[in-house]
Amino acid sequence: MILASEIDFMGKRKIAGTISALLVVVSIISLAINSLNFGLDFTSGTSVRLNFSESVVIQDVNNILADNGYQNAVIVQFGTDRDIRILLPVDEGIEEANQAEQALAVGETIAELMRQNTSVDVLLIGSDFVSAKVGDELAEQGGLGMLVALGIIMVYIALRFQFKFSVGAVVALAHDLIITLGIFSLFQMEFNLNTLAAMLAIIGYSLNDTIVVADRIRENFRRMRKGTPVEMVNFSLNQTLGRTLITSFTTLLVLFAILFIGGDATRGFAIALIIGVVIGTYSSIYIASVVILMMNVTREDLMIPIKEGAELDDTP
Amino acid sequence: MLNKYPLWKNLLILLVAVLGFVYSIPNLYEDDEAILLTNESFEISESDVNIATTALEAAQVNFFGMEINDGNMIVRVDTVDDQLRAKTALEEAFTSDYIVALNLAPTTPAWMQSLGAKKMARGLDLQGGVHFLMEVDMEAAIERRMQDNLSAVRSILREERIRSRAQIADDNRLEVAFNSSEDRSRARSEFIDNFPEMQFQNREVGESFVLDMILTPDTILQIQRDTLQANRTTLMNRVDELGVAEPTVQQQGADRIVVELPGVQDPAQAIRILQRIATLQFHLTAQPGSPRSSYETYEYVTPEGTQIVDVSNDVILQGDRISNAVSGIDEYSQPQVSITLDAQGGNQINRVTRDNVGWFMDILLIETKSRTNLVLNEDGEEVEETEFYEEKRLISHAQIQTALGRQFRITGLTPREANDTALLIRAGSLSAPMTIVEQSVIGPSLGAENLQAGFTAVQVAAVLVVLFMLFYYRVFGLAANAALILNILLIFTVMSAINATLTLPGIVGIVLTVGMAVDANVLIFTRIREELANGAPPQRAIDEGYNNAFSTILDANVTTFLVALVLFTIGTGPVRGFSVTLMIGIVTSMFTAIVGTRALINLIYGGKKVKTLSIGKYASAASTADAS
Repeated sequence: MILASEIDFMGKRKIAGTISALLVVVSIISLAINSLNFGLDFTSGTSVRLNFSESVVIQDVNNILADNGYQNAVIVQFGTDRDIRILLPVDEGIEEANQAEQALAVGETIAELMRQNTSVDVLLIGSDFVSAKVGDELAEQGGLGMLVALGIIMVYIALRFQFKFSVGAVVALAHDLIITLGIFSLFQMEFNLNTLAAMLAIIGYSLNDTIVVADRIRENFRRMRKGTPVEMVNFSLNQTLGRTLITSFTTLLVLFAILFIGGDATRGFAIALIIGVVIGTYSSIYIASVVILMMNVTREDLMIPIKEGAELDDTP
Repeated sequence: MLNKYPLWKNLLILLVAVLGFVYSIPNLYEDDEAILLTNESFEISESDVNIATTALEAAQVNFFGMEINDGNMIVRVDTVDDQLRAKTALEEAFTSDYIVALNLAPTTPAWMQSLGAKKMARGLDLQGGVHFLMEVDMEAAIERRMQDNLSAVRSILREERIRSRAQIADDNRLEVAFNSSEDRSRARSEFIDNFPEMQFQNREVGESFVLDMILTPDTILQIQRDTLQANRTTLMNRVDELGVAEPTVQQQGADRIVVELPGVQDPAQAIRILQRIATLQFHLTAQPGSPRSSYETYEYVTPEGTQIVDVSNDVILQGDRISNAVSGIDEYSQPQVSITLDAQGGNQINRVTRDNVGWFMDILLIETKSRTNLVLNEDGEEVEETEFYEEKRLISHAQIQTALGRQFRITGLTPREANDTALLIRAGSLSAPMTIVEQSVIGPSLGAENLQAGFTAVQVAAVLVVLFMLFYYRVFGLAANAALILNILLIFTVMSAINATLTLPGIVGIVLTVGMAVDANVLIFTRIREELANGAPPQRAIDEGYNNAFSTILDANVTTFLVALVLFTIGTGPVRGFSVTLMIGIVTSMFTAIVGTRALINLIYGGKKVKTLSIGKYASAASTADAS
């Protein structure tokens, strides 16, 4: 796809920068105030184990729970078709220390509910307070992992490109993650393990996009004899625009299919990635390149004698 | 510009494609839901089959293919619902010495199985698994901390030459009796510096001056928290080490841990892994002439024979001080086990060993096991009762050659012994014993239906992408599509080969990889179009297109690979599952999208005169001539 006329991306970089800054600030404020709406994977909950005197249909149990105000329950069959385990999100109003005692009461209430609504006898085997499935450890790992990953990316890009590109890529990455998390926080969409996986995928996608653009910028800085940095960046963006749009389009094709036919389990994942892809596409045009320009990238920065020829020989 | 691949390169790609096909195809065969009937003491017989058939027919279970395999019986049933009902029916029909387990029976053709082609295991989120509830013996953890403190107290008193008697009372109180109150205050001031975690209380009993030492409530809480954390980590590592991928190891309440092993439908196998619940203790060998009550006698079994060793009751070191134990080869090419301790452990062992060079140090492995007995209850009925007991084993008896520190090694072992000892030490460095208090097999949850929908969605999406590529890039799109399909096959092949478990985050990784694999081709094809627009002849445009896009694709993939590698190293569970698929996908997609499509394009266009390329629309030479 070659465009008949060039789009002046960089001419509008101030507007884009303002919008981005605004989005990031709103996201951070929302994350600080609202936090994220963590799913049962991340928060604590109550696990109630029941034994039915006859076979039980999970859907029925789910309906009974939903009709009586127990939303977001996870129901699992347990060994036989007469044993089930119900996982309920934690009651926010109760202190952590009292949750364990509370769990017993919740278990009895639910067992009674089942007895009233079904014709079979229901035995409460046990009810426990369950701490977060991934909890602190994963949050810690995630945070640490993110920092180490950012460091390694910066070093690699600094070696392959130039340090200014490292900053550009990392800023773009942070921009994408903060805004995606911000949208999840703002609309209080559930953040569960699938959404976490989507966040990791966004890192991959956003980087991929940024590198493709950065690669063109590097190539044009080396090849083109005339033109200001702004013009050269703008030209590079126009050259990669076709590819950027097609890749985003095919990825979005996949994601919308998952969103509409994928069912509940993957919905959060699809929404997170759709937001991430849209923002990632935008940031590869506006964030990474603008940061590179702001750091006054020059032709000399990229004239480091890298043996391009050596790589090309590897090309099949 | 000929654009021809040498024959060997084409053959190599063909070989990879064939391998990819054969080894990923088993994943298309859905396993049959099945029930496994085994008996620990004898093989399942024809009469058992008859009993089972009658029971299943009475319960109206839809079953087929009942077969005896290696003395076990496998019954294949239609649905998960049938499977659960069949389990109930068979449990009622057979006595309790039979084990009825939910199972999955492979349906792959025999020739594939003989090639070693097998299905990938699926995570607990895609398919059921085994669930255990384990209880950590907190009392033991606290007792052990007190044992450590007792040893430390004794050695300080010895160093200070204060005559006294120290012992642990029932309520985990450390009781030290002195002859004079001066001795007591001297010891007390010494202890205050050394034991910040203790509270002290003076007490007079008759002639003697007693100092009571107890752990502060904060310390007890901290011990409980640390113990649970340590047990959880060790459990996770052990399960990982034994090849059960992506387990859930989650805390429940103050002293319980839930372990969920996806893909494992046979709890007996999982119990074998988890019931190796063990702790370690380092002791000195008792000095000759020690009072009989101060040591226990163990047999030390080595390939050379059995030796009788008296092990002192004083504990030098507990297993939780061990950071790592590996077997290897020392500088004289002799097998050895190197052990690394944490800082406190290093101090503890140094204090004891420097005074005992030339004497012997012993390592005890304490395993908590359970056995089920049938007992009569008050109504005269037979009920199962689980009883827990400790089994202590001497796994190492070695001479102390020098004062030991944080890192030391045990030499003079056979390679096999070194290996076993290292494995036992690693497995035993749990900080407190655990017992399985509840176990069950989880059938697929409600989410399974959603996941089926998820799979359908991915398939629909793949078809949409394939159609788009074909429409947009014509013949080149065809090559890209072939590469895309091969790529998915290869991801499945590699994942099956490394025994990876497929989970939802894993599927997410595959989706992302598919997106990126297409991206590589989009990059290449855009470049080829650009070259054509700049007026390059078709053959050169193809070559330049591939060459110019390569460094971009390489950089993009290397950075993403690095991120995946970091996530893999640091993460556990879902994060790992995602990063493994992503890493595999990056490598396979580099191969298929670059080498694979090039081979196809070369076959179609290479080595002949071509006037135009079927790569969709591109602008004429004039409009973008300013690019060079």
